[in-house]
Amino acid sequence: MLATLFYIAALIALTSTMAALTRANAAHALIYLIVSLLAVAVMFFLMGAPFAAALEVVIYAGAIMVLFVFVIMMLNLGDTGEDREREWLAGRNWFVPGAMAALLLIEMLMVLGDFQGVTSGNAVSPKAVGIRLFGPYLLAVEIASMLLLSSLVGAYHLGRRFIVRRGEH
Amino acid sequence: MDGLMVPMEHVLVIAGLLFICGLFGLMLRRNIIFMLMSLEVMLNSAALAFIAAGAHWGQADGQIIFMLILTVAAAEVAVGLGLVLQIQRRFKTLDMDQAHRLRG
Amino acid sequence: MNTIALIPLFPLLSATLLIMSAGRMPRHIAATIGAGSVGLSAICVALLARDFLADGQVLELTLWTWMSVGDFAPRIAFYIDGLSIVMMSVITGVGFLIHLYSIEFMWEDESICRYFTYMNLFVAAMLLLVMADNLLLLYLGWEGVGVCSYLLVGFWYKDSANGAAARKAFIVTRIGDTAMALGLFLLLTELGTLDIQPMMIAANSQWQTGDALPVLATALLLGGAVGKSAQLPLHTWLPDAMAGPTPVSALIHAATMVTAGVYLIARTYGLFLLAPPTMEAVAWIGLATLLIAGFTALAQNDIKRILAYSTISQIGYMFLALGVGAFASGIFHLMTHAFFKALLFLAAGAVIHCLHHEHNIFRMGGLRTRLPIVFLSFFIGSAALAALPFTSGFYSKDAILLSAWALEDIGPWLWAGGLLGALLTSIYSFRLVFIVFFGEAKTEPDRQPGWKMAGPLLLLCLLSLVGGWFALPLAGVFPAAAEHTVNHAVEWISIGTPLLGLLLAYLMFLGGQLSVDKMVASSGARALRDFWFSGWRIDQLYDVLWVTPYKKISYWMRNEPVDAIYNGIVAANQWAHHRLLVLQNGELRWYATTMVVGLILLLAVMLRNAP
Repeated sequence: MLATLFYIAALIALTSTMAALTRANAAHALIYLIVSLLAVAVMFFLMGAPFAAALEVVIYAGAIMVLFVFVIMMLNLGDTGEDREREWLAGRNWFVPGAMAALLLIEMLMVLGDFQGVTSGNAVSPKAVGIRLFGPYLLAVEIASMLLLSSLVGAYHLGRRFIVRRGEH
Repeated sequence: MDGLMVPMEHVLVIAGLLFICGLFGLMLRRNIIFMLMSLEVMLNSAALAFIAAGAHWGQADGQIIFMLILTVAAAEVAVGLGLVLQIQRRFKTLDMDQAHRLRG
Repeated sequence: MNTIALIPLFPLLSATLLIMSAGRMPRHIAATIGAGSVGLSAICVALLARDFLADGQVLELTLWTWMSVGDFAPRIAFYIDGLSIVMMSVITGVGFLIHLYSIEFMWEDESICRYFTYMNLFVAAMLLLVMADNLLLLYLGWEGVGVCSYLLVGFWYKDSANGAAARKAFIVTRIGDTAMALGLFLLLTELGTLDIQPMMIAANSQWQTGDALPVLATALLLGGAVGKSAQLPLHTWLPDAMAGPTPVSALIHAATMVTAGVYLIARTYGLFLLAPPTMEAVAWIGLATLLIAGFTALAQNDIKRILAYSTISQIGYMFLALGVGAFASGIFHLMTHAFFKALLFLAAGAVIHCLHHEHNIFRMGGLRTRLPIVFLSFFIGSAALAALPFTSGFYSKDAILLSAWALEDIGPWLWAGGLLGALLTSIYSFRLVFIVFFGEAKTEPDRQPGWKMAGPLLLLCLLSLVGGWFALPLAGVFPAAAEHTVNHAVEWISIGTPLLGLLLAYLMFLGGQLSVDKMVASSGARALRDFWFSGWRIDQLYDVLWVTPYKKISYWMRNEPVDAIYNGIVAANQWAHHRLLVLQNGELRWYATTMVVGLILLLAVMLRNAP
C-alpha cells in the first residue's frame, strides 16, 4: 500500500516537473514545480526522513518558491512574454537538448547498472539528525551560515539597486 | 521501522530522471527564470539521491547533506533572482540569448 | 702628487660642464672653458715634467680600486715615467694649441659647445690612456678616444656621408679593439694581472723568448694597435675620417689618437721582446703601410686626404722603428710627427678656412703671397715631414732608418724600403707645397687667419724646427739600444734622399722639366695612377670581401629567421585563442550544453574503463 503511494508520488513528481519546465506561463510552471516538490517531500517521508520532508515543504516549496512568485509578480511579464515563450518552445528547439538528455540518461542508467540494495526501512528521527549536525558536522554548519550571510549581502545589494532605480525614474 | 523498503535502484533512477529533466530544461529554456527553476529541480534530484542513500544505511548523514543542499539552493535563488532583476533592468529582457554581453 | 690627478680632471670637468649646459652656453664662455681646461692641464704637465727632468723619479699614484672581482682588482692608478711624460706633453701641449686654433676655426659653427665637449672628453680619455698603470684602465681610455673620434668625425652629422665615415672609423677600429680585448683576457688568465710593470716582470719569468703564448698575446695586442693606428690592413678608416673638422684631424687623426697603437706597443715592449715573430711582423706591417700609403698620397688631390695618407705612412715609420727594437726612436718620431703633422693639418685647415672650404689642391695655387703665414707654416711642416736636414723630422726619421740598417738579416731590406718611403714622402709633400702655394691663383682667399690661428701655427713651426734637439727622458724606460757603428755612406744616402725627392718634386710640379701629364699619357701609367688614387683598391676589396656579403646576410636575416619559430608559437597561440574565443560567447545555454557534452564524455570514459 505504502509502496504504491511511493511510486504514485514519484510519478507525480516526474510528470509535474516535466510540465513545469515546458510551460510558457511562468506562474503556471511555478505551481507545477511546487507540486513536484511536495511529491518529493512525500517520497522523503516514506523513505523514513520526516525531518527532511518537513524542510522540503517548509523551505523549498514554501520559502524558495515564494521568492520566485515575488519576482514573477514584480516583473509582470504579461501576455507578450507568454507568446514569446511559446515561440521559443517550438519543436525544432527540442532536438539538441533532447538528444543530449537522452544520451546522458542512457549513460546514467548504465552506470547505475545492476545496483543492488534496498532502503533500510528505519526512520531517522529529527533528534538523531540534530545530534549529528551539531556534532561532527559543525564546521559544515558554520560554512553554510557563511554562505547564507554572503548570499544575503549579495541579494540585498543586487535588489536594492533595482528598487532605488525604480524610485528614481 | 516507520519507513518503507524501496529498492535503491528505483529511487536512484527516479532521481536520475528528475536530474535529466532539470538539465533538459536548462538547455531548452531561454528565459532566465525557467533556467533557475531547472537548477532547483536538479538540486532537488540530488537531494533525493542523498536521502535515499541515508535511508539505505539508516544514518542521519543523508539528511544533513540534504540540509546543506537546501542552504545552497536558498542562497543560489536569492542571488539568482537578484540578478534576474538586474538583467531585466539593464537589458529589458529575460532572454539569455540576447543578454550575452560578458562585460557589464 | 695631486697635480697628476688634476691633469685628466680638468678636461673631464670641462666636458661635463659643457654637456650640462646643453649647448646653451654662450660661445665665448664655451671656448674659454674648452681651451682653458686643456691649457691648465698643459701647465700641470709642464710642472710635472720639470720635476721629472730634475730628479727622474717614476711616479705612481693610486686613486682608488676600480672594482674587485675575486683576485682581480684593477685600480684607477697612474704610472708616470718618461714615456708617459712625453705623451702627456704632446697631448696637452699640442692639444692646447689646437684648441686655441679651434676657437677661431669653429667660431661660426652653431655647435661650438658640442665641439668643445667632445674635444675635452677626447683629451681626458687620451690622458687616461697614456697615464694608466694597468691595461684595463688603458683600454678604458682607448675606447674613450674611439668614441670621441667617432663623435668628431661625424660632427657635421647632417651630411650622411660624414655619418658613414664616422661609422666606418668606429667599426674598423672596433675590429682591432676586439683583438686587443682578447689579448687582455689572455694576458689576465696567463699572467694573473693587468698591471703593466708587474705583468712584464711576470712574463719575463714565466715565458721564454719565442714561446707560442707571448707571440699570440702580442699578436692580439698588435691587432688593436693596427686598428687604432691605421696600419695595414685596417688603415682604410683614416682617409675617410677626414670628414671631421680640420682641427679634429690635427689632434686626433694626426697627433695623438692614431699614435696610441705605437704607445701601446712601446708601453708593453717587454712582452714584444719575448715574441720576435711579432716584432718582425710589426716591422713588415710598418714598412708595407708606409710604402702603400706613400704611393697613394702621390695620386690624391684632396689636401686633407694627402695629409691623411702621409699620417698613415709616418705611423708606418713608427711601427718600423718599434719592429726593429728602436722603441725610443719610434716615440721620438711620434713626438716630432705630432708637431709637424699638427702644423700641416692646421695650416691646411687655415687654407680651407680662408678658401671657402675648398679641398681640391688643383683649385688652389699662388697662395704663397696671399697667405704668407700659412705658407711659412706649410713649408716648414713639409720640410719636417720630408725630413730635410736639421728639421725635427730629419733627426727622428734618420734614427729610425739607421736602426733598421743595423738590424741583422732583414735590416738592409727594411732600410731600403724606408728610404724609398722617404723619397715618396719628400715628393708628395713638396708636390703639395708647389701646387697649393706656387703657380697662379685659382681661388682668392676671402680672409686672413687671425691671431688664434696664427699663434698656434707659429709655435708649432718653432717646435717642428727645434723638436729634433729635444732629449727625451726615455733612457730609464726602454732597454739601452746596442751601440752600433754605421758606415757614413749609409748616413749620407739617408740625408740625400729627401733632397732628391725635393728636386724631383720641383722638376715635376714647379719647373715643368718633367711633365706629369706626359708620364700618365700611356694607358698603363694612367691605370697605375687610378690604382694609387683609389688607395690600392683596398676599400673596394673590403667591400667585396666583407661589406657586401655582410649586407647580403643582413638582408636575408632581416626577418629574423630564428625569431620566426617563436613568432610561429605566438601566432599559433593567437590563432587558437581566436578559435577558442568563439566558445566564450556569454550565452548561458551554450555553456550548459557544453557542460553536458563534457559530462557525457566523462561518463563514457568511466563506463569504458569500468571493469
